[in-house]
This record gives sequence, C-alpha cells and structure tokens, in this order.
Amino acid sequence: MSNATPEITLSARNLSRRFGSRQVIHDVTLELKRGEVLGLLGHNGAGKSTTLQMLTGCLLPDSGEIDICGFDLRKQPTLAKAHLGYLPETPPLYRELCVHDYLTFAARLRGVQSTVVPDALTQTLQRCGLDSVRQKIISTLSKGYQQRVGIAQAIIHNPAVIVLDEPTVGLDPTQIRDIRTLIRELGNAHSVILSTHLLNEVESVCDRVEIMQHGRLIYGDSSVRMQHYGHVSGFIISLRHPPALSELEAIPGVSRVEQLSPGQFRVFHAQDDNTGSLLLSMAAQQGWQLEQLTPLHATLEDVFVKITGEETARTGALK
Amino acid sequence: MIRLIAMRELRSLYAMPSTWFVLAVLQFIFAWFFLARLEAFLEIQPQLAQLANPPGVTLTVAAPLFYTAALLLMMLVPMFTMRLIAEERRNQTLALLLSAPLSGRHIVLGKFFGLLSFLLMLIASLPLMLYTLALGTSLDHGLLLANCIGLLLLTASYVALGMYISALTTQPIIAAIGALAVLVGLWLADIGAAAADSPWHLLSPLHHFQNFNAGLLDSADVAYFVLFTTFFLLLTMKRLHNNRVYG
Repeated sequence: MSNATPEITLSARNLSRRFGSRQVIHDVTLELKRGEVLGLLGHNGAGKSTTLQMLTGCLLPDSGEIDICGFDLRKQPTLAKAHLGYLPETPPLYRELCVHDYLTFAARLRGVQSTVVPDALTQTLQRCGLDSVRQKIISTLSKGYQQRVGIAQAIIHNPAVIVLDEPTVGLDPTQIRDIRTLIRELGNAHSVILSTHLLNEVESVCDRVEIMQHGRLIYGDSSVRMQHYGHVSGFIISLRHPPALSELEAIPGVSRVEQLSPGQFRVFHAQDDNTGSLLLSMAAQQGWQLEQLTPLHATLEDVFVKITGEETARTGALK
Repeated sequence: MIRLIAMRELRSLYAMPSTWFVLAVLQFIFAWFFLARLEAFLEIQPQLAQLANPPGVTLTVAAPLFYTAALLLMMLVPMFTMRLIAEERRNQTLALLLSAPLSGRHIVLGKFFGLLSFLLMLIASLPLMLYTLALGTSLDHGLLLANCIGLLLLTASYVALGMYISALTTQPIIAAIGALAVLVGLWLADIGAAAADSPWHLLSPLHHFQNFNAGLLDSADVAYFVLFTTFFLLLTMKRLHNNRVYG
C-alpha cells in the first residue's frame, strides 16, 4: 500500500460497561491502524481484559460502537468477526484434540475454505514453531506450547485485527523472546492489540501505548515518546576525590545535586545544556578523578508509575 | 458451520475413554436385557399359543426393551449433556466460539446435532439386535418403526433439556445433577399422578413415549416432542446471548 494514511482496521468509540452497579469501563475510545501494534497497559483489574472482550464480541458494551474493517460489530457481527483473531487470557483450547485437528477446526470456524486449510495450517505451524508437535494431544503439551497453539488459532485465518490478552504470561524467557518476535512480525502486516502489565513488553514490541486505570484510558502516545514523558536531564557521577557538594552546585547550569554515597552524586541540570562536557573538564582540571558518568534515563517503569500516580492524585484532588 | 461444530463435538467425545466405556457397558446391558426377554418369551410361548389372539415376539421382546432403553437414557443423557456448554465455559473455550463469525443458533444446533448423532449410534444397536429375530420369525415392522421414531424424539428432547441446564452453569457436574433432577421429576410427576386424565401426565416425555411404545403414532405426541425440543433449544440460544450481555 502506497497511500500515506494506513487504513483504520479497528475503531471503538465511547465504550462503557457496567457489571451490576459497578461501572467497569468508562468512555473508552480506541483506534488501530494497519501495521500497528498497540499495547494496552494497566494494573491488574484496570479493565484491560474487559475492553478486549468487548472488542471481540464476547461481551456487549452498554453503550458505544465498535467497527472492525468497516463492519459494525453489533449490526453485522459475522462480517466483522471474520476479520478478527482473539487469544483470551486463558487460551481456548480443546485439550483432548491434537494440535492439527484443533487448528483445522479453528480455521474452518473462521470461514477458511477447506481447500486452503492445509496451506494456512502449514504456514501457521511454522510461524509459531509448532511443527514438531502437530500430532500431539494438546493436554500433553507444556504451558509454553499451549500458549503458542493459542496464538496459532488467533492468526491462522490471516485476520486484519489480532487481539492478544497477555500473550506472554507464564512463558520462560526464551519463549517470551520468540513470541515477541512473532508479534512484531505480525504487526507489520496486521493490526495487533495486546494487553499486558509487563513494561518491557511494551518497550520491545509496541508502536503505541494506551495506559488504562480504573476503566479509563488516561494516557496514549507512541511508546518512544512515552519514555520521554517527564524526562529529566542529569547524570550520575562517581568521583574518587569528590569535592564539596556546594562546589558541584556552583557549576553553571546545574540545578540540583544529590549525594548518593561519599563519592557518588546525582546531578540535575536544565534541558539541552552543555553541562556534561563542563562537568568533564572540571573533573579533569580539579583532579576529582572521574570514575563514571552515566546520563539519567527514565525507564518506562518510572514513567508508568508517574503517569498512574499523577492520575490518582488528580482524581483524588477532584474528590 | 453447524456440521463443523457437530463434528468437533463428536471428535471430542470419541477422544475420551469414558465415552467408550459407557458405550460398552450400555451395549452389554441392552444385549443382556434382550436375551433375558427372549428367554422369558420362549418359556411362556406354549401358553401364549393357547390364547385366541396372542401377542407376538415383537410386542413381548421389543417393546419392553425399548422402554428400558428410554429409562436408561433418562439417566444417561445428562452425563453427556453436562459437558456441552458448562465445560466450554469452565475451560474458557466459549470465547473461541463467541469471537468466531457465527451466531448462537449455529453453536446451539451444532452441539445438539453432534450429541444427538452420537446417541443415535448408541441406540442403533437396538433395532439391529431385534432384526436378528427376523431370521427365525416374522416381525411387526410397524411397531418397531414407531418405537424407533419415539426413542429418537425422546432422546432429542432429553438432549435439548440437558443442554439448556448445561448452559445455566459453569460446573458440568451441577449441570448433570440438575438435568437428572428435572427428568426424574417429570417422570415421577407422571407415575405419581393416580388419575388417568391428570394433567401431570401430559408434562412427562416418558408418558408421551408410551404411545409410541405400544405402536401408536399420535401426532399430538410428535407435536409435544417437537415443541419441547424447540422450546429448550431456543432457551439455550437466549442463555448464550445473555452470556454476552451479563458477562
């Protein structure tokens, strides 16, 4: 596709949902473009899974509209769902079947023609690394392989929108890496939306992040920009012969210095300043004997805690 | 789509050892009962021959055999229907069906026909067994046919009821006990009512089966079974839809 704006595959407008008297989802609006991986981030119980259930038609929203590839999920459910692959929190596996039979069933269920099924099956088995277990009964597979079968059933019909609810939960580090590579690969041709509470997952696979708290989307941006959110400029500096704290504070451009240990300081300075090189030359001139100079880097974790903390404070203040 | 779901249902049934065990035990019971009835018939045959209009072998052997099968199915069908929806819900496989491009109608009918065709295979041995008698004597085909149709309709109504109760819960075992309680309750209401014209008789599937059992094809009975089955199938579809509404 050569046109500038990629097609929007999934759009949800003003979704809200209550369970009994408890409002779980408040006015959630989401949009997903082709070739994009969206991470839905939030604490446990923030409403991520409920949102995904509504997006896949497993749960009806009380109000709001969902369009998948231009089809309204409520009015034309069959047409809309044909473009959808969904992996719920617990993979929906018929454990008594073998992998081959189960995936064939999943493909036919999603309307793949029986003549095309063998090709789709071969491709998916290969993609998910399931070739060696195709004839095994699912209940005999390890958790990691079961999760892969779960992902395989979600992508076997080549859907435009893939919804993954905590896809890497319970896997070992190698498997997590494999699955992330797969998701990244899927994200190039399809739209993927995944929920997670693992921040490094967002860092490594997602193009865009939406943070959810208490059923509301409180922050949405590209994952690169999110890392710059509330970014502070500064260094951690280790010196063998440290000067007095006041001497460091006196350096032009430095706004604040914290002493971490006798020889280690955290130095904050104004943004886009040349304080780094100034600090280096000072250290050389004064014989402080520089051991280490590390720029402060805001981790996604810090950013997440900051954003959700700010939101809690704001809603607390409103009350 | 209906066929696809029915085939999946059958595949899962045959993948479980318990299915084969039940099949084997049931065939043994049918065969044992059949032979016992046949032996009893051979013993009293000389006395029967003295009657003016003696009952034939079909009435003395086949009719009680079919009635026993109907009673056994009442106990047995809940064991099979319990899994239909409750287990999908417990294993969270329902999400696969709900997010697939098909309606509740496909899911419910697929499961219904899947289990029904399995049970038909199970009871198909009855007419086969009885037709071995045709080697030595002539059979009342009408009576056999009426019994077969009756048993088919009866099984369908049991399956529909059992599936609805399975759709109400997450625990298969509760679905089994619930369905058994309702079926036995209907049966007790039938045999407990003393008066011949008591309305309680009309409620019980087994009562409506008795006409078929005697070789009588009554359209009122057929209508009862069709309505009973349709009613519970529709309730199941409604319940499955409510799954989306209430979560």
